[in-house]
Amino acid sequence: MDPINFVILASILFAIGSAAVLLRRNAIIAFMGVELMLNAANLALVAFSRIHGEIDGQIMAFFVLVVAAAEVVVGLAIIIAVFRARQTISLDEPAELKG
Amino acid sequence: MSFTTPEIAWAPLAPVIIVLGAAAVAILLESFLRSPETRRKVQLGVSLVALIAAAGTAIAQWAALEGAGTVVLDGMLTVDRQSLAWQVLIAVFGTLGALLFAARTRAGEEAFTPLGSVAPGSTEETLARRKGLQVTEVFPLALFAVGGMMLFTSVTDLIFLFVALEVFSLPLYILVALARRRRFLSHEGALKYFLLGAFSSAILLFGAAFLYGATGSTSYAGIAAGVASVTGVDALVLAGAVMVVVGLLFKIGAVPFHSWTPDAYQGAPTPVTAFMAAATKAAATAALLRVAYEAFHGLEWELSWLFWAVAIASMVLGTVVALVQTELKRMLAYSSVAHAGFILVAFAGFPDGALSALPFYLASYGVATLGAFAVITQVREKAEDGTVLGEATRLGQWAGLGKRSPWLAGAMALFLLSFAGIPLTAGFVGKFVAFAAAISEGGWPLVLIAVIASAAAAFFYVRLIVLMFLTDVPDGQEDAIEIDHSPLARVVVIVAVAAVLLLGIVPGPVLAAFENAGVLLLGAAG
Repeated sequence: MDPINFVILASILFAIGSAAVLLRRNAIIAFMGVELMLNAANLALVAFSRIHGEIDGQIMAFFVLVVAAAEVVVGLAIIIAVFRARQTISLDEPAELKG
Repeated sequence: MSFTTPEIAWAPLAPVIIVLGAAAVAILLESFLRSPETRRKVQLGVSLVALIAAAGTAIAQWAALEGAGTVVLDGMLTVDRQSLAWQVLIAVFGTLGALLFAARTRAGEEAFTPLGSVAPGSTEETLARRKGLQVTEVFPLALFAVGGMMLFTSVTDLIFLFVALEVFSLPLYILVALARRRRFLSHEGALKYFLLGAFSSAILLFGAAFLYGATGSTSYAGIAAGVASVTGVDALVLAGAVMVVVGLLFKIGAVPFHSWTPDAYQGAPTPVTAFMAAATKAAATAALLRVAYEAFHGLEWELSWLFWAVAIASMVLGTVVALVQTELKRMLAYSSVAHAGFILVAFAGFPDGALSALPFYLASYGVATLGAFAVITQVREKAEDGTVLGEATRLGQWAGLGKRSPWLAGAMALFLLSFAGIPLTAGFVGKFVAFAAAISEGGWPLVLIAVIASAAAAFFYVRLIVLMFLTDVPDGQEDAIEIDHSPLARVVVIVAVAAVLLLGIVPGPVLAAFENAGVLLLGAAG
């Protein structure tokens, strides 16, 4: 199969992920959207790596995986802190900051 | 199969290694030192020593640098005068930030919550407070952020750019969530900052993947070579370049990527706001300069609409929305959005002058910002029974501050005049050199808008000055405000006042130093 199809799939996943971040009001779902975007970038990196016939892109994907894992740790910690304080993680609910 | 050990030139990385190494040591100290009080003193000492040592090392390297600079890690990092100048700047901001982190009120109250994991108002929180717990992890977190920012200014590879971006962003997300008072606001600011920050870094990463696909390289030099060899406009190159620039504009806080700025600035503990407002903007500007000048120079024509549109939108929207704010930290946040616009003005046409103008602009903006937020930590609300509460950040509460504390109000007025760009302050010289750089490449329409926006922005800065000096304290409010005397915060204010005046009245030596730093080491193909 032509590896460019994977790039197209990655673009679609990226679009779905960004739509989830911008449209969904649940912090966890929005966060899942971010993770989907990062993994779409990984897929694109690996597909391009295959197209170029070299290994660089795959190595970069490892860096991205590590960073994404660190981001999950920090993100979930913040979301849990918010949940403990308010018993909700809706992004519409906390509306003390406005203007 | 043989394995060749990569050659790594460690010496040019010394400033970054000092900061990140000290951060790792500081994390260890957390588990070995039992008493919160000793821990706080030791952590402050470690942070200050590391940051000052890093700044000193960077200055020494700058002075000793022969030729244009050094390429480290196979083209991943470039240490040249430009990156060293930014590293010095960020280390200085970090030092002032660490002093503010440690500042306490007269009643011994810190800016940070005693225990970040417990719910606001819960019994656990009261217990933690009574036991005298302290989140001394803020110092290593700040060190990690400074180390990441210093890397961010010198990376010349898009994947490493992404890693450095996360290294400095993740500690900042946590720091924002640790306010002692108004913890709901703090949590909310952190959540919004985190989601939008992660969103922007994902955009940057996907752009990097596109550029890798189009040019077969993620190093800036490789991308520049790929851009030059493509005839016409390759959609993949352009999409990738726009996404990388957008990711960085998020961090600078330019419209329409600014929506996290007011929330994070208001919600964060004020010392954190001071540090991140100054240092994040400097780091993001440095990275944007390097990407724009080294990787995307061939795309100048295609990208100029983006820089123009975002610069105009930031200046206009930042100024207009700041006019109607009644909350001080929020007003300064929108003023920082307008300043992001002024920074982008210097990118018009990618003039060479921007390489020396922007470090000066960010130096002047950074010290004034640190000073202004340090003043905010000193003005406190007071309950009727005399207990001192949180910071008084409603504009009305600052009425008559000039009579309560003329020196503090005078310092604040000086910082505001510097933001507005009034002559004899650092802000004037900063704006002058930035706009001069833009005019040199024909960006005069942009400069015209910038000058008009600065004039309009002067209105809300002056409004606060009038409020402080020419308005009387409202009746019945005489005892509602307490002026705090934290020695550490006062040191920051004094240093900032001195820096603003020095950079404003005798900018020559610093301008000359940054002039010397206005050179990028190009062509480091990896």
